[in-house]
Amino acid sequence: MTRYFLDRLVQSLVVLGVMSFVIYWLMGLMPGDPIDLMISADPKLSSADAERLRAIYGLDRPITERYFNWLSAVFSGDLGFSRQHAKPVLTVLWPALGNTALLLGLSFLLAIVIALPTGIAAAIRPYSKMDYLINFLAFAGISLPSFWLALLLITLFSVILAVLPAGGIGTIGAEGIWDRSRFLVLPVATVTVVSIGDYIRYMRSEMIQTLRHDFIRTARAKGAGNGRVVYVHALRNALIPVVTVVALDIGFLFSGALAVEIIFAYPGMGKLIFDAIMGNDFNLAMVALLFATILTLLGNLAADLVYSWLDPRISYK
Amino acid sequence: MSDKPPISERGAWSLAWQRFRHHKLAMASAALLIVLAVLSAVAPLFEIMFGIDASRVDLLHRFTLPTADAWLGRDELGRDVFVRMLYGGQVSLLVGAVTAIAAAVIGTMVGLAAAYRGGWLDALLMRFTDAVIALPFLPLLIVLAAIDLNKLGIPPALINSELISLYRIIFIVALVGWTTSARLVRGAALSIRERDFVLAARAQGASAWRIMGVHILPNLVSPIIVATTLSAGKIILLESVLSFLGLGIQPPVASWGNQLTNAQELIYSAPQLAFFPGIAIFVTVIAFNFLGDGLQDALDPKSVSHASTGR
Repeated sequence: MTRYFLDRLVQSLVVLGVMSFVIYWLMGLMPGDPIDLMISADPKLSSADAERLRAIYGLDRPITERYFNWLSAVFSGDLGFSRQHAKPVLTVLWPALGNTALLLGLSFLLAIVIALPTGIAAAIRPYSKMDYLINFLAFAGISLPSFWLALLLITLFSVILAVLPAGGIGTIGAEGIWDRSRFLVLPVATVTVVSIGDYIRYMRSEMIQTLRHDFIRTARAKGAGNGRVVYVHALRNALIPVVTVVALDIGFLFSGALAVEIIFAYPGMGKLIFDAIMGNDFNLAMVALLFATILTLLGNLAADLVYSWLDPRISYK
Repeated sequence: MSDKPPISERGAWSLAWQRFRHHKLAMASAALLIVLAVLSAVAPLFEIMFGIDASRVDLLHRFTLPTADAWLGRDELGRDVFVRMLYGGQVSLLVGAVTAIAAAVIGTMVGLAAAYRGGWLDALLMRFTDAVIALPFLPLLIVLAAIDLNKLGIPPALINSELISLYRIIFIVALVGWTTSARLVRGAALSIRERDFVLAARAQGASAWRIMGVHILPNLVSPIIVATTLSAGKIILLESVLSFLGLGIQPPVASWGNQLTNAQELIYSAPQLAFFPGIAIFVTVIAFNFLGDGLQDALDPKSVSHASTGR
């Protein structure tokens, strides 16, 4: 078991290493380069100056050499400077990470709290009217484009009813939890609605399968009531695969909230990455993408860990 | 009743069709997708019949509400929203279908090779698949969509073509979207590989290609069809997000996603513009999902795992 996780950890590190090179290479393929930006900032720069600058900054070197220079700088703690924010990359990154964690954490909790009982309600009487309705709504949630839902919510609650802010994270001058939470309502609602459908469907199908097992019949034969059978005997078993899927989703959610963050001008990781790429902020984009990769890899590792912890029958070689 | 052969004499596909027909939502979805595809395909006919030019800018008639001559109103440049949505439908449906099929083909080849060869090739391909799955999807697609194609040495004639954004989005989504079918095909192929009829074929000296193509692949058709249908919906969603962000299909080519790009700025002056293209995306994606669900029930009646709505 420990062996298995060490293997998985090493694998994840290898993926991270390869991805860091791939991302570095992709950044070099973005339109424009740092010298182009200097040229556009200073019209007196001649093409000979540009060549000299390229040599000074090492941009005429082969990509592998530049990559290893970057990497050794990273290991010595220098992640570079953000062009757009004029701050060290990490100073820009941490608050964004916190904002995204808050948005996703709240949406995730809300989605789980609603999805589990709803999925179970559908599973108790499969193919009943209730089941059809829940399934239909779950499918609708899965099929909604997140950015469009966000637009509709803004139209309704910010434009027509004018009760909630259309974007940002707080009113200037107003502090406190109440103000902050008003700004979170719409983004959290959007992310919750688009992610809840999958959870409901997983919970429902796992519950239906679990309720067909012999040990459920045994429990019923011994006189356990319906509530006890479902919530005590079946739920624990049905939850195992659901938890795995949900843990895998953490990494996915992280990138899925990108469009929602952009629409609500919510300063999280998704918006940060998008703005950095659009604004030629290569240092920031590079590190932010690596962080996103690390988080997704961690989500995958966590899924494995949780799975074996919940189900002792699973043993890894 | 009496002219139908008994169940035992009917083929698997005929039985699947029987089951599918009773799945009302899936049937309705299939019909809806066909109607959408036909309407989109005949968009030029609409233009001729009603004398509309969907790309003609008319700044004197911007933001008009739905009327008799512009059924869904006009957009910020005075263009007909309805006909542009039909053109957008061409693009969105084409991207969804072509990309889903391309991803399924790549995934099937990877999965089959891994399952059949086994050993180091299997380990390598599956580690690679795991790695691709563990990547942050949307940020990566944004990077791939932002790449300067001139730096990749692609001929300028191709780069400057109006449809380059279409080719690009099909390519990059297929590039990251093949993993589901690769895992699915590998898993199914591994179990079929051990069955007696494959063993018999091998004993008769069939080549690896023949065993994979003639004996294993036909048994994988149903799960591949189901997975491809479901992924078409996901791909249409992805395309719409990327186009909405200005990184997918580039104007003047219309897509449902890029019709919504300006909707946010116009939310006070013309909120109706945000409505129709979004409905089109939503309805199409949900139809692909119901269709996939119905196909799953029809082609693989034993599976409970994603059983279903509307039977």
